[in-house]
Amino acid sequence: MYHITIKGLNVSYGNHHVLKNVSLEIPRNKITVIIGPSGCGKTTLLKSLNRLLELQEGVRISGSVLVDDESVYDPKVDVTELRKKMGLLSQRPYPLPMSIFDNVAYGPRIHGTRKRKKLNEIVEKNLRAAGLWEEVKDRLKSPAASLSIGQQQRLCLARCLAVSPEIILCDEPTSALDPFSAQKIEETLSELKTDYTIVVVTHNLRRARRLADYVGFIFLGELIEHGGKKDIFENPKDERTRRYISGESYL
Amino acid sequence: MNLRHVEERCFKVLMIAATFIILGSLFAVIGVILVKGAGALSLSMITQTSKGGYYLGKEGGVLNAIVGSLYLAFGATATSLLVSLPIAFCLQREYVKARTANVVRLSLDVLWGVPSIIYGVFGFTIMLLLGLRASLLGGIVALTLLELPIMVRAIDEVLQMVPRELKEASYTLGATRYETMFKVVTRQILPGIISAIILAFGRGIGDAASILFTAGYTDHIPSSLLDPVASLPLAVFFQMGTPFPEVQERAYASALILLIIVLLLTVSSRLFSRRFAKFVIR
Amino acid sequence: MRVRKVIDGVSEKVMCSVTAAVSFLVVLIAAGLYLKARPIMEITPIKELLTSSSWHPLKGEFGFYPFLMGTFWVTFLAMIFAIPICLLCSIYISEYAPRKMRDVIKPLIDLLAGIPSVVYGVFGVLAVVPLIRDTAHRINISTTGYSVLAGGIVLAIMVFPIIISVSVEVIQSVPYEARESSLSLGATQWQTVKKVVLKKAFPGIVAAIILGFSRAFGETMAVLMVVGNVPQVPHSIFEEAYPLTALIANNYGEMLSVPLYDSALLLGALILLLIVLLFSMAARLILMRGGR
Ligand SMILES: Nc1ncnc2c1ncn2[C@@H]1O[C@H](COP(=O)(O)OP(=O)(O)OP(=O)(O)O)[C@@H](O)[C@H]1O
Ligand SMILES: [Mg+2]
Repeated sequence: MYHITIKGLNVSYGNHHVLKNVSLEIPRNKITVIIGPSGCGKTTLLKSLNRLLELQEGVRISGSVLVDDESVYDPKVDVTELRKKMGLLSQRPYPLPMSIFDNVAYGPRIHGTRKRKKLNEIVEKNLRAAGLWEEVKDRLKSPAASLSIGQQQRLCLARCLAVSPEIILCDEPTSALDPFSAQKIEETLSELKTDYTIVVVTHNLRRARRLADYVGFIFLGELIEHGGKKDIFENPKDERTRRYISGESYL
Repeated sequence: MNLRHVEERCFKVLMIAATFIILGSLFAVIGVILVKGAGALSLSMITQTSKGGYYLGKEGGVLNAIVGSLYLAFGATATSLLVSLPIAFCLQREYVKARTANVVRLSLDVLWGVPSIIYGVFGFTIMLLLGLRASLLGGIVALTLLELPIMVRAIDEVLQMVPRELKEASYTLGATRYETMFKVVTRQILPGIISAIILAFGRGIGDAASILFTAGYTDHIPSSLLDPVASLPLAVFFQMGTPFPEVQERAYASALILLIIVLLLTVSSRLFSRRFAKFVIR
Repeated sequence: MRVRKVIDGVSEKVMCSVTAAVSFLVVLIAAGLYLKARPIMEITPIKELLTSSSWHPLKGEFGFYPFLMGTFWVTFLAMIFAIPICLLCSIYISEYAPRKMRDVIKPLIDLLAGIPSVVYGVFGVLAVVPLIRDTAHRINISTTGYSVLAGGIVLAIMVFPIIISVSVEVIQSVPYEARESSLSLGATQWQTVKKVVLKKAFPGIVAAIILGFSRAFGETMAVLMVVGNVPQVPHSIFEEAYPLTALIANNYGEMLSVPLYDSALLLGALILLLIVLLFSMAARLILMRGGR
């Protein structure tokens, strides 16, 4: 059963047609990795799934995105519930302008958790899951802006997990991390996939190989190929895919 | 070849001269008020209200005007903050199209330039219509009109610098627009809001034309919103207008008090602004 | 869950209505003033009101010409003083002054922008008026010192910080590369400023000047205290004048018993408003042109 079904998705910023007729199924409780050269529309694809794109001026979206067989762009859908269901880790970490604790507690709080004890629990649990707890447990009150970029990235992961989403969309979640921390995040994601459906965008092909169950390759806004990891990495049908994953010039 | 350098020289001299004129004249303003005002300033000026005969040179002070001005400026600044924040938030993409926002911005720009006396006149006309007399309430309303465009413009400017991704981070967690605006964006722009408040407060406490008709003048400290209220700028103005030198001296002292309040406020806000920037994401 | 959505929806409605209301405020004010000014325009044609010099409220004669001229000359003089001096100073601060000096001057000027206008008025009475009187006497012109010139000087000083703080910002925002390419062609710094920087910063500088203009034009108290308030068309800068704002401030609210007087004064306010409106629109147009 597919968790997310994208059919004929087109996105343009003004006259710039960025995603061209993308159709893709994302299976439940698996990791789907999206690869593709810079500027091909990966971030745009992720943001179109949880309707973040419509916050921008002049964006046109057509096609359909179904989550659990419900259309995301249906006007009757409660967009806040939808976004709660789909956590997104952005390419650059943006902590909220508040303390470390409040960053993680922000989501649960707006969704109605008020009890201090419960919040403490949630914060600790998710900071541990993101591998940040040991570093920040003594300064939960200090501003999130004081963390290093890599720590901020893990903070954002904890913040995302704290609202217990069903789907996690990761836009290069490890771009600012050292290999060791990146490895840890990677392991975390692998563990999480028993409970979550995960979509990861990455430029790192080796990581893609390690993480992926399924792979989609986007090139200049078109979804060239998608399928099981084996099919794509060992036996690509399209010439452009083959060149990209073998690291040759793909132009 | 040489001509260019002569020209450069000439202009450089002119520029330095202009800078001196400007700094000189501004220091002259402060200096003159300081010297003339300090001579007439006394403790009773700031601890007593005006007694009968104060404007003929008898004893008393301008405490009523000081307190009145603070009431007026605080009231107007609080009211206009209350109105400005929603307006500034409303100009964002979540609520209106960019084009609509620009139309609103244009009308705010126009409001910014409207002379304060017009707010006074308009406010008074409305008050006549409603049968109200000059009062603290009337003064606060007129000053609010004056401060509103200043504040909205200042807040709008800092709002435009908030990275879109920051708002997206909040929305991704399932926050509504209201929550994002008031819990996340407000914290991010807190330093900007503070300077907008200071700017508007400074403009409000110093303005005389808009409260000339609407706030009235009295020797007492008002006890309700419907009482008339004295104010420092008008105290300066009225005292200057008397033919008695000793009362005019008090005008200088009152001007000095006003100047000190404004400068203190601005300086201290600058010193404290860092504190409010603690959580800001860059 | 429902509650949150309701709060969000209600807050949107409230915010948008407040915004709409404030956007129409200008129109509302203009309409209100127009309604109140209509009685006098029905009796005396507007053209005559604007061009007649006879101001005798008790006889029902309301000629605005002297006041319009008063406002015009005082503002004009202020801008004549302020524009070149402010431009030179802004260029100096943003292009030539050493960094340290700039870091001191800029906050100082912002600070001074907050000085209340009555303070400038008091300064005018204490320093500018006597200075003009004495200087004029020395060159055999008799004047009280309360004059168009005094108003112009006081207003100019008042708008210095406003114009400078905006234009310094504008000039500094011209990208460094623009300067570099000119300098590398062997232009002197002044030539670069003249040909490249000022050209790029032009729309912003115009906007700064218009900001200063609307402050000077609408200023009431500071002017009122130093121009002498004699309803005449000034023939030299040493004569007294009576600007429109001062007229309104001195008379509105007190003379309501004289028929049509308040109507006339509100017409004065309407004229002020329309002129300001015109200039803000012009500023916007210039800025939009420059933005392209
Ligand atoms: N807000 C925007 N307005 C206009 N064009 C945009 C906007 N955001 C992205 N684009 C354009 O859309 C295209 C796809 O952008 P996107 O961010 O999705 O690429 P990406 O695949 O995530 O690239 P990268 O790997 O570098 O992050 C790019 O050409 C980009 O210039
Ligand atoms: Mg991207």
